[in-house]
Order: sequence, then structure tokens, then C-alpha cells
Amino acid sequence: MSYILEERKKQIARVGGTVKDIDCGKVSLAGSVSQRACVFCGSRVVLYPVADALHIIHGPIGCASYTWDIRGSLSSGPELHRLSFSTDLREKDVVFGGAEKLRQSLDELIDRHKPKAAFVYSTCIVGVIGDDVESVCAQMEQEKGIPVIPVQAPGFQGSKKDGYKIACEAIFKLVGTLDKPTPKYSINILGDFNLAGELWILLEYYKKMGIHVNASITGDGRVDDIRNAHNASLNVVQCSGSMIHLAKMMKEKYDVPFLRVSYFGIEDMSDALYDVAKFFKSEELMDAARKLVREEIGRLIPALVPYKEALSGKRAAIYVGGAFKAISLVKALRLIGMKTVVIGSQTGDKDDYKMIQELCDDDTIIVDDSNPVELSAFVKETKADLFIGGVKERPIAYKIGLGFCDHNHERKEPLAGYDGMLNFAKEVYATCMSPVWKFVK
Amino acid sequence: MLLKHTTSKEIERKSLTINPAKTCQPIGAMYAAFGLHGCLPHSHGSQGCCAYHRSALTRHFKEPVVASTSSFSEGSSVFGGSANLVQAIDTIFTVYNPDVVAVHTTCLSETIGDDLTQIVSKASDDGKIPEGKKVIYCNTPSYVGSHITGYSSQLAAFIKFFSTSTTKKKNVINIAAGWMEPSDMREIKRVAKEMEARIIMFPDMTDVLDTGLTGKYEMYPKGGTTQADMIATGDSKFTLGLGEYSTMDACVKLENKCKVRFKVLDIPIGLKATDRFIMSLSRHANVPVPESITEERARLLDLISDNQKYFYGKRVALWGDPDTLIPLTEFLISLDMKPVYIITGTPGKPFDERMYELLKDVPGAKFKSGANADMFQLHQWIKQESVDLLIGNTYGKYIARDENIPFIRFGFPIADRAGHNFFPKTCYVGATNLAIQILDALMDYQDRTCPEEKVEFQM
Repeated sequence: MSYILEERKKQIARVGGTVKDIDCGKVSLAGSVSQRACVFCGSRVVLYPVADALHIIHGPIGCASYTWDIRGSLSSGPELHRLSFSTDLREKDVVFGGAEKLRQSLDELIDRHKPKAAFVYSTCIVGVIGDDVESVCAQMEQEKGIPVIPVQAPGFQGSKKDGYKIACEAIFKLVGTLDKPTPKYSINILGDFNLAGELWILLEYYKKMGIHVNASITGDGRVDDIRNAHNASLNVVQCSGSMIHLAKMMKEKYDVPFLRVSYFGIEDMSDALYDVAKFFKSEELMDAARKLVREEIGRLIPALVPYKEALSGKRAAIYVGGAFKAISLVKALRLIGMKTVVIGSQTGDKDDYKMIQELCDDDTIIVDDSNPVELSAFVKETKADLFIGGVKERPIAYKIGLGFCDHNHERKEPLAGYDGMLNFAKEVYATCMSPVWKFVK
Repeated sequence: MLLKHTTSKEIERKSLTINPAKTCQPIGAMYAAFGLHGCLPHSHGSQGCCAYHRSALTRHFKEPVVASTSSFSEGSSVFGGSANLVQAIDTIFTVYNPDVVAVHTTCLSETIGDDLTQIVSKASDDGKIPEGKKVIYCNTPSYVGSHITGYSSQLAAFIKFFSTSTTKKKNVINIAAGWMEPSDMREIKRVAKEMEARIIMFPDMTDVLDTGLTGKYEMYPKGGTTQADMIATGDSKFTLGLGEYSTMDACVKLENKCKVRFKVLDIPIGLKATDRFIMSLSRHANVPVPESITEERARLLDLISDNQKYFYGKRVALWGDPDTLIPLTEFLISLDMKPVYIITGTPGKPFDERMYELLKDVPGAKFKSGANADMFQLHQWIKQESVDLLIGNTYGKYIARDENIPFIRFGFPIADRAGHNFFPKTCYVGATNLAIQILDALMDYQDRTCPEEKVEFQM
């Protein structure tokens, strides 16, 4: 296999094969066409959905342009997060420093928009040119009376995952700064970003069970909710890659325990509800959860039948950001009769890949930090019918004549929860069965 | 209302950019590099730059966009990115095997002072560049110029690394294509062929970023200016640069290097700019303008005359890149429309000078370029006095919705509509497409919003 570099061979495994421990968490090899992004990107995607905060990007224009309204995180109220604010650093700022430009920009913006907090992202060169962003933020915080939080996210300082961590630390600065009375069964939802309105589906479920969602971090997020987040009894963490750090910090400082869940597919969704009920040791909650699951599944299973019949035996390749999501997808695909033949992630860790090895059938290819050349070769070898990935993978899948489902920022229908499972089946069906492929082959 | 924050009263801004009408240099260099056959663009910087550029280009072209990155780490920022680039070159030729690697820098690699000439020559000395393969490079610091500047720098690098003059000039015209769609380039090539003019177009993204679906993924599709053609540009007898911002530098460099004289024209968008292009090509290639082209022009005129009352006096706001905005503004004036607000984030004098001339007879017209020339500024002007039509990239959709103004997508990026890859906007056929789009937008709006008794079968 000439398309796999010697250095990458340990990042690729086959279930039942010789490579047992995938060598992950490595920096990408220079020169590879990695599908990964950077630290800034990681911090930006996590914080972006906080809708009543100001998000300003301190650096040359690009980083602000590329992250302007691309997240698909819906807000039920303010839309301040969807604008793009930049200090647009120019050559003279690189020479003389851009701190004053940042101060002026914050001054203007905070006065005009009266946000509840401000996140100040500094990109690659800000540290290199020596801007003291911390002190500008501290000064502004004092002058304007709102939290002004520096998010030091130079792209080169690690991977996207490190950016998640930086975002968690920024949020953690807000947590514990406000105390509001919270009801008895009170949770925070961590790691749902309300893509296509997914959070709202979850809120509905928890509400039906009689559980109060104290703060959603960060989907449809609000600063005051985050500040009061420590008063919840439990953190329910999805998309573990991005938010587990926050959950751990909150456990340590505020003694808020956490649970890891996933909302994709029937099993995982139901477990998410049961686990929360179990945590509160309440029969009442458990009964409500059972009732809800029964009703939802009762509706869902018959609705899935036609899709399952049509898709049975089809093969899927998965390449997504986080491995935890990939695991849920394998199960969700099984539910509609599909087999996963390739599975990979940008940021999975050892435990994730171990779980995948246990879960998947023999010969499934498992890959960490892949690239288009490898992916298209894997897909060809395994005769996949469907590719699940993000924006950069879509046209490659189409070119090979595969169906495609976006399980990233560009999903347009909610895929979480029971309704989401049905949407997922519909989407997979529509793309796999599209007549267009018949004209290609 | 997504843009409820915008007020008609202009706020004073010292430093802040809100909703930019530009992006950074490297993406322009990456786009232009796809116009060279068998070329892999390489981003010398952090991983995110490359990922963002690839995503942005993918969203626009709906095509696989593959480029590699030096994947800078903490160490690179301290010790420089030399080791990363040498390693990258090795990796690239081992795995992806392109004919050419086109390296461009980023804000980070520029700020830490990486010297590409020295690094690439080290890679060459270390035997990392296989026989017959090439590594070219250009400097594209994100804090200078805009994506257009980056595009221009990549073209200049093509000249620097390829163009060679032998003693013999050939009867060939170089066409240095400014930032436009592959479909626009295809149309220009068609017209040149129709005129029987021999041309070399560079860069040429046709059959690279507008390929068909065959069931096979080609990392290096069949299109793109070949290296042989790029080398031969030094022997051509003349260069026509299309778009001052994106091609002037390449034209000047080619003249200095290979004594190929040049003229920089506007991108042939609209009637007059196309007239100038056709006349120049005819003159320098020494070929007559064929009847078929004259007929295309006549059909365009026919369309305009048939629908003149719908164009008349309509106020238009535009944003995007200077090389397209200049001829577009001129075309709108030819159509008897009123381009009243024009914004580009790309800095530079030529835009201001041309706009000043073009807009002399459009009372109340405003234009702005460079710092703070952003979508927020444009929206404030629109709030003060509205317009009948918006023409620009997808970032105008919020204004279009909030203000209920018909909107035509034109420029980069277009992430929410199809068509830009198929219907050219260049030459007479492109002008016809554009005029039809304008009419459709205005007439659909009229049908949708006029009082019921005024809805008419015939318009």
C-alpha cells in the first residue's frame, strides 16, 4: 500500500488484525493532507454558540473570515455570535503591536452591543509579536464591568483538541460567578452545540422526565446560565473530546459529578435518559424515562422499517472529528441494517479506539488522522456505499460515486434523539438510493 | 433579524472590522496554484490555515480541494519552520507525488522569518526533491493585502519559476487570468478559439475545480496550465493581463524576465470590458473578429434593448473584489442602472481611481476600499437609503433578508447556490447571463411584491 506512509502504519488498524493499539494523539506529519484543523479552530467552535457573548478575533483577517457564521449552531434568542469581529491586523501592527487596536475595538463593541461577556481570541502571531492581550482584557473587564476573557489560541500550539481545552478553561472562568436557585433535579448539558436545533430535542426529553436543564454548554448558550452552572447536580457530557476537560474541572472545584453520554441512535439516546434517572436514584424519574423511551421507540421502530429494508447490507465509511461520535454512528447504522467497514477520527484517543475495536466487525479498517488519499483507497477496497464525514470529505465521496451524510457543522436536519435517528435514516436512504449513482456506474 | 445590530447612523470606528469583505492572502495563493497542472498547494504554517482554506474553497466549488500543510508546532514557532518544510517536501513526494509543489507562507511563518529560498534549496541539497519535480514558492503574509494579493503573488511565482525565453518569439498571446470562476476561464478560452487566436492561459482552473462525476477520484485532474505551456509563456509575443490587482505583478515580472510586452485590461465582464478584450486580442494575436462573436454581441444588445425599462435607474449595491467590481460597475452603468454603493476589503489605489472616474455621473454613489470597508459599512449605507438590487458573494444574504432586497450571487465565496461553476459571467455570453440574472431577480421581486391588481401576464 504505497499510499500509506511508513510513519502512519501504526495509526491504521484492522479489527482482528495485528495492530492492536492505535498510535493516536500524535501531531500530524508535516506535508500530509491532514483533515485536521488547529487550536484556534477548536476553541472557536466550542465557544461560538454562546449567543449573548461578544466574540472578537485578534489577528490578521483570515481567521475571522473563515469562522464567520459557519457553525450551524442555532440560538433561540440573541444572534450576536453570528457576526464576525476582527482587529484585522496589518503589517504596521505586526511591527508596532496590535494591543491598542484590540483595546479600541473592545471599547467600541462592548459599549454598542452590551454583551454579557466577551471572548477575545488571539491567533497565531499575536503571541509572537508580543501583544499583552491579558492586560488589555483585564483593563476592559474593569472598565466595562463584564467578564472579558482572553482565549489564547495560537494555531500552532497543538491540535484542535488543545483548542477544546482552552475553550473549556475560558468557560470555567465564568462558572461559579453567579448563584441562582436551581430545582432539585438539575443538570447541565455539556458538549451539544445545537446544530440544526438538536439541543431543543434533548431539552424536550429532559423536561418530559421532570429534569431541569440548568445550563447548556455551549449550544444555545447564555453567559448567565454558564456562570450559574456549578449549581447543577450533574454534568451530562456529550462529544467527550470537547467538553470532558470542563466536566473534570467542575468536578474538582465544585464537586459536580459527570456522566458521559451520546444522543445518537436509539440505544445511546435511551441510555442517556436512563443514566440520568439512575444518577438521581429516583423511581419517579426512571418511570418517566421508561415511558418516554417506550413511546418514542414505539413510534420510531415502525417508521424505520422501510429504510432498514432498503439499506440492509449496505456498507458505510465513517470519518469524523471525535471518536465517541463515530462509536454512536456504528450502532445507529446497525439499526438500519448497515455495516461499518471503515471508521476513523481526527482526534480519537486510545480508549476510544479500543472501544471501536471491540464494537466493530472483523476486517473493519480503523484509522486515526487520515487524509483523502488513504480514505478514498479504503473506501474503494471495502466497497462502501456511504461516507459519513464533514465538509472536506463530501465532494471526494461524491466523486467516487458514494452517498454522503454530513455529521458535522453542515448537517441541516437534527440527527440527535429519536426524531434525529429517523432523520438520519431518511438522509442515509436519500443519498444511498439516489438515482444519480446509477448513471455513474 | 440577523443584523438587527446595524444602525443607519454611521458609527465611528477606529480599529474594528465587522463582517469583512475580504479574506487573507494564502487562500488566493492556494486557489491560483490549482490552475497549474499536477500541482499540490502547500501551506507553510499551522494546520488550521490549510484546513480553513480547503473548507472555504470546497464550499464554493463543491469539488475536492486537496492541499498539504507544514503542520507547525510549538517548536516551529521558536526554532523556525525549516525542519517542517523539508520534512513536508519529503512526505509530499513520497505519498502524493505531484509534479509541482506550490508553497505559500502564512502570517506565522512570515512573522517568525522563515526564508523559503533557503529552505527549499536545503531540501533540494538533501535530495528531497525527486528528479523532474519542482518546488515553487511565494510569500503571502496574511497581514498584507488580501486574498487577491495572494492570488497575484502565486501568479508572479509561476513566472519566476517557469517562464523562459528562447531566442524565438512565437505567435502566441499569454492570457494572465485574474481571480474568476473556472466557467469564466472556459468562456474566455472558447472565445479565443472562436477567434482562432493562439493563447496560453495561466492559471487555468477549468477541468480542475469544475470536473465531472466519473466514479473516480483524481487527485490531479486533467486541467490546469501545463508546465510546458508555463515555460513557453516566455516566448509568447504579448501578454494580456485580465484584472489589474491579480495580474499586474505577473505581467511586469514576465516582461522584465523574458521581454514579453503586456497590457493589463479589466476582466471581460460586461459589454465595454469585453469589447476592449476582444479588440486587444484581435490586435495582438493579429486575427479578425469573427462574425460569430459579433453576433453574440448583437444578441446581448438585443436583450438589453428589449428590457431596458427594467434596468433603468435601479439602484445597486455591490461588494467583492476590485478586479470584478470595476468592470461590473461599468456594465451596470451601460445597462442604465445606478451602482450606488461599492465595497471591497482589498486595499489599493487603482480601485478608488477607477471608481471615481466611473461613478462621476452617478449622483450620490459611494465607494470604499481597504480598512473598515466591510459588510457592516455597506449595510449602514443601505439603511440610510436603500437599493433595488444586491450583487455580491454569499455574505450579502443577511442584508438581503433583513432589508428584503433582491440579491444576485456573484464573486467569492458562494456557499449557498449552484450555478457559478456553470454559467460564465465573462465575455458577451457571460454578460448576457448576468443581464438575465438581473432581470430575473428584479422581475421575480416585482411579481412577488406588487399589489395583486398590478400582477400582469406580460412584462
